[in-house]
Amino acid sequence: MTADVHEAPLLDVRDLRTYFKTDDGIVKAVDGVSFTVRPGQTLGVVGESGSGKSVTMMSILNLNPNPGRIGHDPALPPGPRMEAFLHGSKKHTSISTGQALFRGENLLEASKRRLRALRGSEISMIFQDPMTSLNPVLSVGSQLVEAVMLHRDVTQREARELAIAGLQEVGIPRAERRIDDYPHQFSGGMRQRVMIAMALINDPALLIADEPTTALDVTTQAQILDLIRELQAEHGTAVILITHDLGVVAETADDIVVMYAARIAEHAPVFSLFEHPMHPYTWGLLGSLPRLDVELERLTQIRGQPPSLLRPPAGCRFRPRCRFAFDRCRAELPEATPAGFDPGHLDACFLAEARKLEESARIVAELGLAEEAA
Amino acid sequence: MTDVLLEVENVTKHFPITEGIVFRHEVASVKALDGVSLQVRRGETLGIVGESGCGKSTLARVIMRLLEPTGGTVRFDGRDITHLSEQGLRPVRRELQMIFQDPYASLNPRKRVGFIVSEPLEVHRIGTEAERKRRVQDLLEVVGLNPEHYNRFPHEFSGGQRQRIGVARALALNPKLIVADEPVSALDVSVQAQILNLLKDLQAEFGLTYVFIAHDLSVVRHISDRVAVMYLGKLVELSGSRDLYAAPRHPYTGSLLSAVPIANPRRGRGRSSFVLTGDVPNPINPPSGCRFHPRCPRARDTCALTEPPLESLSAGHDAACFFPLEKWPLTAAEMAGAGRAPDTVEAGAGAVAS
Repeated sequence: MTADVHEAPLLDVRDLRTYFKTDDGIVKAVDGVSFTVRPGQTLGVVGESGSGKSVTMMSILNLNPNPGRIGHDPALPPGPRMEAFLHGSKKHTSISTGQALFRGENLLEASKRRLRALRGSEISMIFQDPMTSLNPVLSVGSQLVEAVMLHRDVTQREARELAIAGLQEVGIPRAERRIDDYPHQFSGGMRQRVMIAMALINDPALLIADEPTTALDVTTQAQILDLIRELQAEHGTAVILITHDLGVVAETADDIVVMYAARIAEHAPVFSLFEHPMHPYTWGLLGSLPRLDVELERLTQIRGQPPSLLRPPAGCRFRPRCRFAFDRCRAELPEATPAGFDPGHLDACFLAEARKLEESARIVAELGLAEEAA
Repeated sequence: MTDVLLEVENVTKHFPITEGIVFRHEVASVKALDGVSLQVRRGETLGIVGESGCGKSTLARVIMRLLEPTGGTVRFDGRDITHLSEQGLRPVRRELQMIFQDPYASLNPRKRVGFIVSEPLEVHRIGTEAERKRRVQDLLEVVGLNPEHYNRFPHEFSGGQRQRIGVARALALNPKLIVADEPVSALDVSVQAQILNLLKDLQAEFGLTYVFIAHDLSVVRHISDRVAVMYLGKLVELSGSRDLYAAPRHPYTGSLLSAVPIANPRRGRGRSSFVLTGDVPNPINPPSGCRFHPRCPRARDTCALTEPPLESLSAGHDAACFFPLEKWPLTAAEMAGAGRAPDTVEAGAGAVAS
C-alpha cells in the first residue's frame, strides 16, 4: 500500500496552474497544485464542485478548450504571465503552466501527436456520465475496436477478439453478442463497465476516473468500485479517483488529496487523513457529512459558500469560512507543508501543529474515526 | 385530532404504455407503485429510501396529489383526498407543501425572489400586499437569507441559497406536512449540512411533519425518525431509524447498507459487503413472488411463487420477507442463510466477503 514511498513516481505534478478566460474575467481554476502518483497506487482526489479536481486532470491530459502555451520566464511569476497571455490572445481561452511529469516526461510540453499516442494507451480516463462519453450511433464493439487499433498493430479481427475479452473481463454477460449492441441498449451500470473496458483495453499504467460512480445507484456503485479494485490489482494500474464522496475514497484510496478553491488543502495517506485530519476545511467536510456508522444529533456545518475563482480572497482561500483564521491567514497564501509527526502528511494551514492536533483529536473522537467497530 | 397526519393505504399507481395513434390502446403499464401502505405521524420525519425507479418520487407525487393514484386511498388529516377535484384540493394544498430536488429548475428564473415566495400567499388570497411583503421578508430571515434580497432574481444565488428560497416558499402557508423530494442531493456536502440543519431547526420551531425522500442512506438516517425502504414499487421494510440501521431485517436493506461507502477507513475497509449482481428489474414486468428474489442471496423456491406481505417482525419494525435477517452485521454465508448450499450462494448472489 503506502509501503514503498521511495519508488519513482509514475506521475509527478508540480505547481500546476490552469486559468480560463471568460466573459467575466480570468478564472484561476487550478492555482499551484502539486502531487505524485506511484505505480499501482490509488490516489483519491476529493473536493466540492468548482474545487478544481476535474480541471487538474484535464490539464494534465491537455483536454481543456483552446489551450495556449507559454515558455518559461524566470523573471515573471507564472500567474501574472498567464493572465497577460490570456488577455493578449484572441485564439486561446485556457492555459496551463507547471509540470506534469509522466515517467519523467512533461505532459504540459508534449506535442499533440505525442499526447494522442499516450492518451488511451498509457493513460486513460473514464468520466461520470457513460452516456455522454460513448458515441450513441456506433456499436460499443466498433468503439472498442477503434480504441485498440489506434494504439496497437493488430488486425480488425484480432482487435475484435480483444474487445470481446475486454467486455468479458468487466463482467458483461454474453459479451460476444453484446459487443454489437449500441450504448442505449445497456443500463447505466453496464455502460460504465463498457467505459472501463475501453479505458483498460490497452493496459494503461494510469487510469484517471472522474466521478465514475456518481450517476449510479449505491448497489451499482459498489459493483463498479469492486470491479475497478479487482482490475487494478490484476494489472497493477495506478488510479486517480476523483470524487466528492469521502466514503468512496476512504474505502478505495491509498493516498488522498483534499482540494479547496483551486488548491490542495491537505494531502495524506488514507488512514492518516482520517485519524489526524490537519486542515480546517477537512474538519469541516468530516463534520458536515451525515454518517451511516455514527448517530449525530447535529451536523457541524461550514459557514458561507466556496469563494469565486474570479476574485479569490486574499491569503488563504478558506479564510472567510474558517473558524480558526488569524492575521497571517489574510496576509499570506499557505503552501502544503509536511506535518511534524509524519513527513508524508501535508497540509496548507498556518495554525500551530499542536493546536491542529488538539482539534483533530476532538473530531476524530466524536466521529469514531480511529475505531474499528461502530 | 389523531396522532396520524397522513395515511397511505394500499396505493397503486400504474402508468399506461400505449400504442397506436388513432386507436390508442394500452399495451402494458409501468407499475410504479404497487400496494404501498404507510402512516406518517404528526411531528415526525418519515424517510423514504430506495434506488432509482423504486417509486419513491411517484409516492411523493401521489401524497401531494400531483398524481391521482390508480387504486388505494390517501388520507390527510382525517380527510380522504384520493380523488378530490382541483377545487376540492385547494384548501388541502395550503397544508401540504413540497420542496424539490433541483434548486435551479424549481424557481422561475424570470421572477424575483419576493414574488416566488409570496406567490402561494397570493394564490390563496392571504393578507394585503404590505402584509405579504412583511411575511416574505420574515420567511427569508427564517431560512437564513437576507430579507433585503427580496428583489433579486434566482440566478443571483448559489445552489444552497436557492434551496433556502424553495424552503421559504414551502413554509409560506404554514403547512402541516412538507414533502421533500431529494432536497439536498444536488448540493455539495458543506451546503448539504447547512440545509439539513435548517430543516431540523424549522421542524423544531414550527412543529412540522416531513416526508423526506432521498437515495442517500446516510442523509436519511440523519434526518428521519422512521424510515421506509422501497424496491420496485413496493415497501420492503419500515422501521424506526435507529433500529433499521442497527438491525435491518430485509436482505435488500442489508445489501443497501453494506454497499454504502463509509467515511472511516477502519470501518469501511474489510467489512463484509454483499454486492448485489445485476440491475433492478423492469417495472413493466416485475418478477413473480417477491420482487427482490432474482437478486436476493437468501431466496428460496417459495420466494418466486408467493409474495411476502409487509409484516411486523418486532415492535415498530415491519419487513416483507419470508427469511428475514436475524442479526447484523452478517458474514456472506450468514447473509445467504443457513440452509443453502455454497454453490447456489455464488450463483445467486455473488456474495463477496472482502
